[in-house]
Amino acid sequence: MKTGTDRVKRGMAEMQKGGVIMDVVNAEQAKIAEEAGAVAVMALERVPSDIRAAGGVARMADPRITEEVMGAVTIPVMAKARIGHIVEARVLEAMGVDYIDESEVLTPADEEYHLNKRDYTVPFVCGCRDLGEAARRIGEGASMLRTKGEPGTGNIVEAVRHIRKVNAQVRKVVAMDMDELMTEAKLLGAPYELLLEIKQLGRLPVVNFAAGGVATPADAALMMQLGADGVFVGSGIFKSDNPAKFAKAIVEATTHYQDYELIANISKGLGIPMKGMEISSLAPEARMQDRGW
Amino acid sequence: MVKIGVLGLQGAVREHIWAIEASGAEGIVIKRPAQLAEVDGLIIPGGESTTIRRLIDKYGFMEELKKFAVDGKPMFGTCAGLILLANDLVGYDAPHLGVMDVKVERNSFGRQRESFEADISIAGVADNFSAVFIRAPHIVEAGENVEVLAKHNDRIVAARDGQFLGCSFHPELTDDYRLMNYFVKMVEETKSKNFA
Repeated sequence: MKTGTDRVKRGMAEMQKGGVIMDVVNAEQAKIAEEAGAVAVMALERVPSDIRAAGGVARMADPRITEEVMGAVTIPVMAKARIGHIVEARVLEAMGVDYIDESEVLTPADEEYHLNKRDYTVPFVCGCRDLGEAARRIGEGASMLRTKGEPGTGNIVEAVRHIRKVNAQVRKVVAMDMDELMTEAKLLGAPYELLLEIKQLGRLPVVNFAAGGVATPADAALMMQLGADGVFVGSGIFKSDNPAKFAKAIVEATTHYQDYELIANISKGLGIPMKGMEISSLAPEARMQDRGW
Repeated sequence: MVKIGVLGLQGAVREHIWAIEASGAEGIVIKRPAQLAEVDGLIIPGGESTTIRRLIDKYGFMEELKKFAVDGKPMFGTCAGLILLANDLVGYDAPHLGVMDVKVERNSFGRQRESFEADISIAGVADNFSAVFIRAPHIVEAGENVEVLAKHNDRIVAARDGQFLGCSFHPELTDDYRLMNYFVKMVEETKSKNFA
């Protein structure tokens, strides 16, 4: 009997496919998310838009919040650790969270090195903007990916850019002549063996969700249509007018992302979504996607 | 060739389709209740049981799935699928579909860090099957007509109750198709009986 194997860690993410993972900051929100049909919740101290507003250093949530959320729901609970923060990750593992997000939403603890995620029994999800970044994280042991988008903006444009880029680069590798693969690995800064595996499988070897800017049911469906395996929604739900209704509608739109009549129906009278931000209005240091490499 | 549906609301759907096709049957993703009429057997995949249940209710699958069971067509539940088939759930007042005579406990091996792989023996299927358990449930009690197919550490992890097959683990995460072959055979036998 073996725990923490690749199959067990990656398999857990496979079970989340076609689902929505929602950011929550307390037990009450976690219950709303579970009731709405979320496949997992991400326990946080503040949702990304509030992290932006608060400024300063964003760290792992108070363990009491994470514990409260774990006690409130039966679906898996994820939590965020700072990039490269070995101890935050170990603390979350010791608490028994089901998945750790080594996340650019928090202020990085290490600007050079990400965590060596193979060392842990608990699986990790990491952000990526392109295939090179995706492959480096898988190389370090990430068992699940999410494209980064730009968290806490309610603006889908970066999420679209990143999922399109990753999938276009996967298609390129799959179609590429074997003679060209090592050069591609060098150009992407990606481990050669991983590109080889992607070429053989015809896809990424781990599940890839979309994140960072999903604010409406149509945004969630768009991500699925562009080839995401599922969707993370951060500020989009609990910063909207009617979180319970929004949460349910986003779950349904993710399941039936090609049923446009249904999406029209569930989008009617939802109330006001979170207020969005123009990406160009962000100062360079406020861009979360540029954290990590 | 028999047609086998995979309930495609959420979870590991495409892996089951690949396994069905590798076992010599046709696999169809079921997203709408009306599609159930097209298939001879149905798989309820691994995923999150609470999410799948909510979507079952939302899209009017409940009555259609119960009717599928009453019609005698084979159903196979893996992990969340087993939870959905069971007629009794530890800690819950009511089951989901409640068609298979087993009592099931959710997340009974612990959280994700306790998830594991183990080699198990499945009666009539394989004596060395590599099984992947992820936040897995187990069968606490099996009804008298239920055939226990596999145990791990004295816990029932696979069983058959006539037309219903259920397991705690995820055969769809490996390329060992022997348990799927067994289910395809169940579907073929039922279909040929109905035409005899």
